[in-house]
Amino acid sequence: MEKKDVIIIGAGVTGCAIARELAAWKLDVLVLEKEEDVCSGTSKANSAIVHAGFDAKTGSLKARFNIEGSRRMEVLAGELDFAYRKNGAFVLCFSEEERGQVQELYDRGIKNGLTAGDLEILSGDEARALEPALSDEVVCALYAKSSAIVCPFELTCALAENAVKNGTEFRFLSEVTAITREGADGFVVELAGKERVAARFVVNAAGVFADKIHNLVSGKKLSIQPRKGDYLLMDKEVGGTVDRTIFQLPGKLGKGVLVTPTVHGNLLAGPTAEDVDDPENTATTAEALADVQARAGRSVKAMPFRQVITSFTGLRAHEAGGDFVIGPCADAPGFYDAAGIESPGLTAAPAIGLYLAGEIAKAAGAERRTDFDGTRKAIPHVALMTDEERAALIRQDADYAQIVCRCETVTEGEIRESIRRNPGARSMDGVKRRVRAGMGRCQAGFCTPRVMEILSEELGIPMEEVCKNRPGSELLCTASADEGGVS
Amino acid sequence: MTDANTIIERGRVGILVIGGGPAGLAAAVAAKRAGVDDVLIAERDRMLGGILNQCIHNGFGLHTFKEELTGPEYAARFISQAAELRIPYLLNTMVLSVDRDRNVTIMGREIGVRTITADAIVLAMGCRERSRGALSIPGYRPAGVYTAGTAQRLMNIEGFRIGKRVVILGSGDIGLIMARRMTLEGAKVLTVAELMPYSGGLKRNIVQCLNDYDIPLQLSHTVVDIRGKRRVEGVTIAEVDQARRPIPGTEVSYDCDTLLLSCGLLPENELTRMMKAGISPVTGGASVDDLLQTDIPGVFACGNVLHVHDLVDYVSEEATLAGENAAAYVSGSTGRSAADAIVEIGVDGGVRYTVPQRIDVGHMRDSVTVRFRVADVYRDRTIAVYRGEKCLSRRKTRVLAPGEMEQVKLKKEELAGLTADEGLRVVLED
Amino acid sequence: MAETRELTCINCPLGCALTVTIDGENITVTGNTCPRGEAYGKKEVTNPTRIVTSTVPVDGGDIARVPVKTASDIPKDRIFAVMEAIHAVRVKAPVKIGDVIVKDAAGTGVDIVAARDVSAA
Repeated sequence: MEKKDVIIIGAGVTGCAIARELAAWKLDVLVLEKEEDVCSGTSKANSAIVHAGFDAKTGSLKARFNIEGSRRMEVLAGELDFAYRKNGAFVLCFSEEERGQVQELYDRGIKNGLTAGDLEILSGDEARALEPALSDEVVCALYAKSSAIVCPFELTCALAENAVKNGTEFRFLSEVTAITREGADGFVVELAGKERVAARFVVNAAGVFADKIHNLVSGKKLSIQPRKGDYLLMDKEVGGTVDRTIFQLPGKLGKGVLVTPTVHGNLLAGPTAEDVDDPENTATTAEALADVQARAGRSVKAMPFRQVITSFTGLRAHEAGGDFVIGPCADAPGFYDAAGIESPGLTAAPAIGLYLAGEIAKAAGAERRTDFDGTRKAIPHVALMTDEERAALIRQDADYAQIVCRCETVTEGEIRESIRRNPGARSMDGVKRRVRAGMGRCQAGFCTPRVMEILSEELGIPMEEVCKNRPGSELLCTASADEGGVS
Repeated sequence: MTDANTIIERGRVGILVIGGGPAGLAAAVAAKRAGVDDVLIAERDRMLGGILNQCIHNGFGLHTFKEELTGPEYAARFISQAAELRIPYLLNTMVLSVDRDRNVTIMGREIGVRTITADAIVLAMGCRERSRGALSIPGYRPAGVYTAGTAQRLMNIEGFRIGKRVVILGSGDIGLIMARRMTLEGAKVLTVAELMPYSGGLKRNIVQCLNDYDIPLQLSHTVVDIRGKRRVEGVTIAEVDQARRPIPGTEVSYDCDTLLLSCGLLPENELTRMMKAGISPVTGGASVDDLLQTDIPGVFACGNVLHVHDLVDYVSEEATLAGENAAAYVSGSTGRSAADAIVEIGVDGGVRYTVPQRIDVGHMRDSVTVRFRVADVYRDRTIAVYRGEKCLSRRKTRVLAPGEMEQVKLKKEELAGLTADEGLRVVLED
Repeated sequence: MAETRELTCINCPLGCALTVTIDGENITVTGNTCPRGEAYGKKEVTNPTRIVTSTVPVDGGDIARVPVKTASDIPKDRIFAVMEAIHAVRVKAPVKIGDVIVKDAAGTGVDIVAARDVSAA
C-alpha cells in the first residue's frame, strides 16, 4: 500500500496553509480533495476579509489565530505574491444605547492583542468624513486600521502551488470515505474509489464535512452546522462606494451584513446567516438576497444594487462548541483537527497552518528542509500592467496579447498559465478563480466558448468533457445517434 | 492605400472604427466612400461580421438589399464592400483604452501593445447580454445556464449541442430564435417565460419560432428557482403580479438540463465611459447629436453600442451616417453651432428616449431620422412631433411595443430657426 | 360561410396583423401594408412555407461549420425532413457562398445552399 507521512484531508485555504507550512519539513505529504480543484468549498465563497481580531472572544482559539493570522497574512502576501490590501474597517453603531458595545469591542481588541494604534473610536461625523457614503444614522464607529482584504482564491492557490513546489502532492476528486487505525502508529485512509493510502498522521481540514471526518476516528464527536450566507457582488464601476470594510454592530436586527470593496475593485455586500441541513446547499434565495439589500442599505446610503453582477452563497462550518477545534485528537493519536473553521477562518488559516505544521513536525521528529523555497510568483496580470510591461510580456509569449475575457481584460496567456500551474485549473471555475476570466460584468457570456476551447486543448480532453467544476457539470451535452442533432 | 501595420507603425490614423460587426463595417465603408483614405477597423474577434456570424437565421436585409438574407450573408455583403475598398482591419485586436484626445491603446497578437492617435473615432462595439447574475435569479449555480447569445455561438459557430430539455427566460429575439434553433437540433423547448406582460421580441419571431413548434409563451412569468448542484436539473417558474413580484402558489416546476436567458441587451460602453463621454441613462449608450457625434468632438457612435436595435438594416443605415459624418469631421467640413443653438429632443406620452438626443439645427443635413422606443404596449396611438406648440407631423399607429424601434423623419426646412427655448418634442397621443 | 383567420405576417420585422377571410376559393387579406403581406396571408392558409437554416460541418476549413439555408421556402410540414437531410452531410473546404450543399433536399425540389465562404485552412 502507498504510504505517506501526512495526509491532509481538504484543499481549502486551511488545508493548503497546513500543506504549505508542512512543506518546510522533511515529510512526505499528500493532500486529498473531494472536488476537482483547491478552494472549492467555504474558501471560495466568503467575505474575503482579513479580520483585525477585535471580534472573537478573548482567550478563544478564534481570537488567538485571528490575531496571529492577520499579522502573518501580510508577510505571506509578500512571499506568495497574492492580492492583499490593508484597507481598514469600520464597525458602525446606529444608536446611542449601543455606544457601549463599540467600547466593548475596542477593549476586547486590546485584550486580544491589538495595540492602541490599531483601533480608534470615531464619531459619526468623523466616520462620514472618511467614508462619505455612510448612512447619516451612524452615531459612532470603531475603526480597525489593520483590517485588510485579500483574494481568497489566489491565496489558496498560492499556498497550494508553493506546497507543490516544495514536494507536496495533491490528489483531486478523492473523497475520503473511511479512516482506520493501522497498528499503534498510523492510519489507513480509504477513498471513494476504494483506493487506500496509509499515513502516520492525518489532518482534518474538511470544512463543512470536518465533523464526518473527525467522527470516523474519534469517540468525542464533533457536530458541524453548515450556516449559509448569501452575497451580492457589484460592478467595478461602483467598487469605490466605500474604501474600507463596513461592518455593523450586532443589534436588534440580528448580526449585520458588511459592505466592502474587494481587492479586485468590486463592491461586495453580505452575508445573511441561515442554518441548513445540507452541507452542499449553496442555493441563493430571493428572501436572503432581499435581506442583504435591506441590511446593507442601513450602513451605506444609496447602495448601487442596480449594478449587481452576481450573487452567491457561502457555507460556514459552525461547530457546536462555537470555537475552532485545532490540534491533536485526544482519543486518536496522530489525528489532528482543523475543524469548525468559520469566520475568522480565512484570516486564521496562515497561523493555523504554521501551528499545526509545527506540532506535526515535532511529533514526527522531522527535520527542517534546507532547500525549502517559500516564494511563489503570481500569474501575470495583464490588466494591471503598464504598456511597457505588457509589451515585454508579449515579446516572450504572444498569447498575452490576445484578450479572451474582455470585461476583466484577461488574456489567453493568463488562461493557459492558470491551467499549466500545479495544481492548475481543471474547470471553468478553476480558470475563473485563478485569473478572473468570466468574473466580470458579462459573467462569462463572451469568453465561455473560448475558455472551453483552451481548457480542451491544454487538458487534451474533448469539448464535451469540459466542466464548470466537478464531473457532472459538463457545459455541453453529447447527442446520441437516435436523437440526431449536431455532434 | 495603407495597410494596418503601416498605420500602427505610423501611430496615426484618420478614422479608427472600433468594432468590425455590422455597425463598424458600414461606418468604415461609408467613411472610405466619403473620401477618407485612412480608415482602420479594430475587431476583437477572429473574424469580421460580429454577431451576424452566429445569426444563421434568415430575415436580414429587406430594407438594405431588398431581399431576405441570413446573418452571415448580410455580413458578407459588407465584408466584400470593405474588401473592395481595401479597408485595412486588425483581427484579434482589442482597444484597451481611449482618451478624450483620441489617443488609443490597442493590443493584439499581430501588433503587440501600441498607441495610435485617431483624427476621428467611430464607436461600434456592440452590446452584451444581461446575465443571470445581473438578474439575481435565486437558486443553485450549476452548468447549463446560458445567455441565449452564448448558446447561439456554441451551437452555430462551434457546432456543439448544449442541452436536451430547455426552458427559456425572456422573450427577446435571440431567445425566440434559439427556441426554434434548439428544437430543430433535437432539443425539447418546454416553455418561454417572460417577466413582462408583453414579449420583448418581434412578432414575426413569436409566430415562426414559437407558434410553429407549439412552444408555449408565458407572459408575466419568471424563474424563481434553479435546481441542480452540477448541471441544471430543473427550474421553477411562477407568475408575477403587476409589480413583477412572483405570486406565491403559482409555482410550476420544470425538469430541464438547460436554462437560456434572453432578458435584454446592454450597450458595451466601457471605452465610452473611459473617455467620459456623456451617456444616456435610458439607452445605456452615448448621448449623440444628429451627426451621431458624442459630446466629444470627433467621436461618433452607431449600432448597438449607441442603442440596442432590433433590425440590422437600421444599424447599417445609422452606421453609414456615422461613417460619413466622421469623414466630414476629418476633412474639416463639419460645422458646429454654439451650445445654446443645439436643441435637445424632448419626449413625452410613453416615448422613452430618442436617438439622436439633440439636433444642431444650424448644421443639420437635409433631414434627420430620429429613432425611439416606447415604454409599454400601446394601441391606436398617434406619433406626433412638436416644434414648440406647433405640430410638425402626426402618424397613426395600430400597435407600438417596447421591443420594436420606431422612427420619425425631420426635415431641415421645418426646423429652420428652431431654438432650444422653443423646443422639439416627440410624443405619443391618443 | 366564410372563415376568418388572424395572422401575423412574418415577411419582415414589421409583423403586420393580417385578417385572412377564406370563402371557398375566394381568399382575401386585409391589414397588410405591402403586397408581400397579401401573398403571405394567402399562402399561409393554403400552403404554409418557411425558410430553413442550419449549419453543416466543414473539413479542412478555417472555421468548423458553414451556415446553410434552403434556397427558397419549403412546405412547413417538411421542415424536420429537411433538417435530417442537412444533418446527413459534411463538406470539404473551400466552400463559396451559394454553393449547393444538398440538392433537392428531402424531395422538396429545393436545394440547401451555403450562406458564407469558408476558405481552406
